[in-house]
Amino acid sequence: MSDLHADVIIVGGGPAGVAAALELRRCGVERVVILEREKYLGGATRHCSHSPFGMREFGRVYFGAAYGRRLEREARTAQVDVRTGHSVVSLGDDGVVSVVSGKGVATFAARRILVSTGAREMPRSARLVSGDRPVGIVTTGTLQSYVACHGLMPFTRPLIVGSELVSLSAVLTCLFHRARPVAMLEPERHAIARAPFNWFPALVGIPFHSGADVVDIRGMSRVEAAIVRLHNGGTQTISCDGILFTGRFTPEAALFVQSSIGVAAGSAGPAVDQDGRTENPLYFASGNVLRAVETGGWAFREGTAVGAAIALDLDRRGEAGRPVALTFDPPVKLVVPQILRQVELNASAFRQFQLRFNRRCRGVLSLELDGRQVWRKAQHWMPERRVLVPIPDAARQAQAVHFRFRED
Amino acid sequence: MLQTPKFTPQDCFDVAVIGAGVVGCAVARRFALAGARVVLIEKGPDILSGASKANSAILHTGFDAPAESLELQLVRAGRQEYLEIRESLNLPLIKTGALVCAWNPLEAAKLEAIEAQGRKNSICELKLLTSAEARKSMPGLAENLVAALEVEGEHVIDPWSAPLAYLTQALALGAVFLRNADLLNGRFDGEWTLKTSAVTVVARSVVNAAGLYGDVVDKRLGFEPEFQIRPRKGQFVVLDKAAFRYVPRIVLPVPTEITKGIVVCPTAFGNVLVGPTAEEQDDRVRATVEKDTLQALLKRGSQIVPALTGMPVTAVYAGLRPATEKKDYRVYCRPKQRAITLGGIRSTGLSAALGLAQHALELHGTFGIAFAPPTDAPRVGVPNLAETEERDWRRPDHGEIVCHCELVTMREIEATFGSSVPPGDFGGLRRRTRAGMGRCQGYYCNARLAQMTKGLFETPLAVPEFERL
Repeated sequence: MSDLHADVIIVGGGPAGVAAALELRRCGVERVVILEREKYLGGATRHCSHSPFGMREFGRVYFGAAYGRRLEREARTAQVDVRTGHSVVSLGDDGVVSVVSGKGVATFAARRILVSTGAREMPRSARLVSGDRPVGIVTTGTLQSYVACHGLMPFTRPLIVGSELVSLSAVLTCLFHRARPVAMLEPERHAIARAPFNWFPALVGIPFHSGADVVDIRGMSRVEAAIVRLHNGGTQTISCDGILFTGRFTPEAALFVQSSIGVAAGSAGPAVDQDGRTENPLYFASGNVLRAVETGGWAFREGTAVGAAIALDLDRRGEAGRPVALTFDPPVKLVVPQILRQVELNASAFRQFQLRFNRRCRGVLSLELDGRQVWRKAQHWMPERRVLVPIPDAARQAQAVHFRFRED
Repeated sequence: MLQTPKFTPQDCFDVAVIGAGVVGCAVARRFALAGARVVLIEKGPDILSGASKANSAILHTGFDAPAESLELQLVRAGRQEYLEIRESLNLPLIKTGALVCAWNPLEAAKLEAIEAQGRKNSICELKLLTSAEARKSMPGLAENLVAALEVEGEHVIDPWSAPLAYLTQALALGAVFLRNADLLNGRFDGEWTLKTSAVTVVARSVVNAAGLYGDVVDKRLGFEPEFQIRPRKGQFVVLDKAAFRYVPRIVLPVPTEITKGIVVCPTAFGNVLVGPTAEEQDDRVRATVEKDTLQALLKRGSQIVPALTGMPVTAVYAGLRPATEKKDYRVYCRPKQRAITLGGIRSTGLSAALGLAQHALELHGTFGIAFAPPTDAPRVGVPNLAETEERDWRRPDHGEIVCHCELVTMREIEATFGSSVPPGDFGGLRRRTRAGMGRCQGYYCNARLAQMTKGLFETPLAVPEFERL
């Protein structure tokens, strides 16, 4: 027996999860429960003190925690059953999840379960960076929790690694809190973020080295220096009291990894179909758990669309069709959705394939349905940039869906 | 900051133990159980600050140790005592067994000799397996396996909770633990006067369990060291918990003269470990990880268990083994000065620690000092961190989950700071609770832990000079 029965359980109360809950309630679904492991809703936006959120969904701009509070208000008004301090620890094949709260362990059951657990940055260990392992090495998300949630700072003179948008946000956070970044590095030949964002470090007087990487970290208790290999092959010792690894987001998909659903090799998130449905049709996913990484606003819109698809799916009588897995050539890193299904009451939560490339390249990307080319585009492709390709209606009937890439 | 325990300089301890690694903690416990008044002197901010913090967490049988060696004798005694006391101390035992795997005919030819050695060492649960038999017992092993030797008695334990439990028991029996106390020199004039960077300690006898500084400490005690420490670095990769299902057993290579080789094994915490390397170096302090080596370990791991290919990395670490010029342990007893040196415990220290402690007490018996054992031993236990036993998060009213990856509760963190051996640095907190040890490596909980540990560590997580604008 389960301790709670709901129509839909949503795991993770960030923008994607809350948006789905609001949409489900709007569609008249009765019992919608959000399980959030932190004390507040908002997810990653909660500690982002810089970026504007809420323009499209709420018609005004919010900053960080205020956006989370707005989500809380909306959820409460819509009579969503919000349970914070609830960590889901396993996903059962039958739609029953194990939940831990301060009180202990419980099992919750629902007709459908949406997982929207977001993404996190790759830590130093998984990047296999050489050197000592002292205190003072963190990621942007951690830095922002230090300042936004606790009024603390993990360093005063950090070296920043990465040049994604989040890296620039990290610079702002540092400067705003009186920490002085000593330099910024990007292992790729070019900054990942678009101009004019990538001019920013130089504007505020922070040396920026592209094609450079940390090859050694020094420090017995706290970081003392980093040895950096520069683009020209030379090395430089940079004195610093911390290292900030930014970006290289990865889906927080541990629940899927440990379940029978698993994750897709390219995205490291669960494979979903055009409605956000996973291999197990009781489970859905939306937001950055699908692929790293999109903005809060994007996650919110994705949550709304998948919420609508779940509302429709609750009325489905027939079986969910057999999933057809999509394939792609390198250097395409990932495609979302990765599977397609023929299904009664198809909502098409995703109207576009989302693609990412592994590296900077130039060539022709084309979409083939059963060997027939239906779409093509030739251009320069950049790593970590969003690429969108419309999903043709015929794709759901195809037996083979393939993204071909021919490099120039 | 942690307080130095209060005692007057006139107090004379029966035994001063130098070094709070796994051996020092076990020795402190053994002497305390025997009724001695013990002081444990550690130069680091916490126990396990040196060699003992990084190992492969295997409770060895000694099947491949040289016959008649002191190492074999003490590994067997230590293992036996661990099995006897582990339940009362709430320490885990994961009965994985080990497969010594031969990946080519040359290695396969050596398996029989290893089996014979094992029999000579009176290890009874040895079995030569064909490739098919071995892969039946562990289907994840690569197809090119030639043969294997099954050693049922090799188990996995929690390498950090065990020494913590030993010391906790010693403290409950009245032992004193001094940290941040670097031994500067010792003088023997009927009694030992030990000058440390913190206080001066007087004791009737001394046990040197200083690990990587074993030779240095002997010199500081005024002895001509009988050995020289030659640090041997070992790097490890810890794989995501998703890897656990593929590695139910310890996979050992056919050992060489130098090292037991690269092991693939499950951990008590539900991860999979690949390592260690064996790299000679002069530095006794720096144990760096190196990208190329870590990549080579990952490659080796996926050659042994192909399903590990592409498995996410949770953590990487490196440790230093206190090796010497010789393979065997370097144990010396100086009855005239009432001093015992337990040196060169290079690789099997976790398994042999309790055996070494018994051995030290026996040697001490020749000094002509008798103790009155306490009438009953206090019951102590350490919190369980192993996935095979019930963790705190499963029990009601734990407050809240602080570290989501490892499901560490607020109650566990509060308890460790309220314990008789509170953590002295962030590493110590991680080893005692698993907080920040999971796949996100503190992305979610590090800031919270910085807040909770404000003012408690000499190297704080948050820089103290920062104040919010």
